[in-house]
Amino acid sequence: MVVIETKQLSYVYSEGTPFEKTAIDKIDLSIEKGEFVGVIGHTGSGKSTLIQHLNGLLKPTSGSVFVNGRDIWAEPSKIRKVRFEVGLVFQYPEYQLFEETVWKDIAFGPGNMGLSEGEIAERVGEAARFVGLDPSSMEKSPFELSGGQKRRVAIAGVLAMRPEVLILDEPTAGLDPMGRDQILGEIAGYHRATGSTILLVSHSMEDIARYAAKVMVINDAKLFDYGTVDEVFSRTGELSAMGLSTPQISDIFRRLYQMGYAVDPHVYTVGAAKNDLLRLIGKGAAADA
Amino acid sequence: MDNIIIAKDLVYHYPQSEDRALSGVSLAIEKGDMVAVLGHNGSGKSTLAKHFNAVLLPEGGVCYVDGINTSDEERLFDIRQRTGMVFQNPDNQIVATIVEEDVAFGLENLGVEPAEIRRRVDDALRAVGMYEYRQHAPHQLSGGQKQRVAIAGIIAMRPQVVILDEPTAMLDPRGRREVMKTVADLNREEGVTVILITHYMDEAAQCRRVVVMDRGKVLLDSTPKGVFSHVGLLKEVGLDVPQATEIVYELKKCGVVLPDDVITEEECAAAISAYLDRHAPGGGRRS
Repeated sequence: MVVIETKQLSYVYSEGTPFEKTAIDKIDLSIEKGEFVGVIGHTGSGKSTLIQHLNGLLKPTSGSVFVNGRDIWAEPSKIRKVRFEVGLVFQYPEYQLFEETVWKDIAFGPGNMGLSEGEIAERVGEAARFVGLDPSSMEKSPFELSGGQKRRVAIAGVLAMRPEVLILDEPTAGLDPMGRDQILGEIAGYHRATGSTILLVSHSMEDIARYAAKVMVINDAKLFDYGTVDEVFSRTGELSAMGLSTPQISDIFRRLYQMGYAVDPHVYTVGAAKNDLLRLIGKGAAADA
Repeated sequence: MDNIIIAKDLVYHYPQSEDRALSGVSLAIEKGDMVAVLGHNGSGKSTLAKHFNAVLLPEGGVCYVDGINTSDEERLFDIRQRTGMVFQNPDNQIVATIVEEDVAFGLENLGVEPAEIRRRVDDALRAVGMYEYRQHAPHQLSGGQKQRVAIAGIIAMRPQVVILDEPTAMLDPRGRREVMKTVADLNREEGVTVILITHYMDEAAQCRRVVVMDRGKVLLDSTPKGVFSHVGLLKEVGLDVPQATEIVYELKKCGVVLPDDVITEEECAAAISAYLDRHAPGGGRRS
């Protein structure tokens, strides 16, 4: 089942002025429900403009966006409902915290949905658990927390609306490796537990290869490719020409393959690389990949 | 060898916290070196860097920049002239509406002669590869280009040391490559001492020396190869290693005998290739 679809979606900034710029150009996209999608593209490629269309923050200059088969701009007065269905976590979301306590900040979104007190409390608790926030921190000011914890509060605020589609714009930018792995692990856990659709924007090809099943590549305002990790990352030359890259482990494996070794040239994670090499050496695939 | 920065038993804690951010750090940085500082958030690496240009003053111990004690208030100006800092977000560091005016900003504040300003701005923009963009507005530039303009603004003041605090954290892969190349060129060609704080292990691998901070102390201090051979310890303190190092580490755990000091793609491919030639059935070749 298709959860998000765009048809000939275009957006032009500052139309009719000398600064006119087409940010996204006739994008046709169809995302299946429950998919975990990595979104890549260099700065200025149009990916942020695209994702802001998917929950109606931007209105298309032309073309349309469908969520669960419904044109989200068919009834502009109901656009708010789309924001509950498609949750968007911006870059550096911790700068958007504003409430007195962590609890109140997470409760802000569900509060706007007109839910009962009991339902709000349940959702706040659930969202906090998904991102691993300690119950003892719920009455603290969010501003007392560390950077990584603040970001968890901001993500929980979106999770508490139980969006069918969760879009995260570089959720790990500026975090250290452990913080990065924890937050991505929490997002993957949320995906497994709820079956919701995830769109993860990232500049780290390693992270995309590790978590996403599909990859969407935006380049020069157009959809360059939307396919499996394997399909997309096998286009190394083209990705590199548009300023992107492939995971380091894939580059190493391509090198070995070119040297004539019988390695699998479609390896994108360290776990898969290890199993493939052990197979070649004759030690059999390790069970713990 | 000349040390441009000497820290001895530095101790510091922030007023709002009981824990020490720095707990006895001693470190000497040689003139012309390129040093990466790694550590998880809160390990003390940025706190340490802020001592190098007297943004923070030590509570205990002493810090010298080019022989000047950073606690000597009368010499603050001299210290700041010797060490320039570049931060994570380029948008927070750019003040002017034209690239060359932005680069000139620091020099104008220093009261440098106009002809000299012109010369230094042009030199700095050439050094970061942004000379053709000198008349552009900063908002027309990509993240990597803006960060290079910010670096030009610092080097126009001719500091001896440039400290970069996660300068590529907000950039895409191309922007990261541009900034790292610029930084490496500055170090090699202009002899500027570089201190690079980063979470990217591949960037640390490009430096000559890597210092790992943990809980306000120096945990490891060696060459990139020396540091990345401690895979287990690095993971324990929340850090990472390049994937080239990690695959070798994982294979070694399974009894595959490989060298300890693999950090680049080339070294990794060579090490695995040599092993397959000797040990894999049929040399691991495609038939």
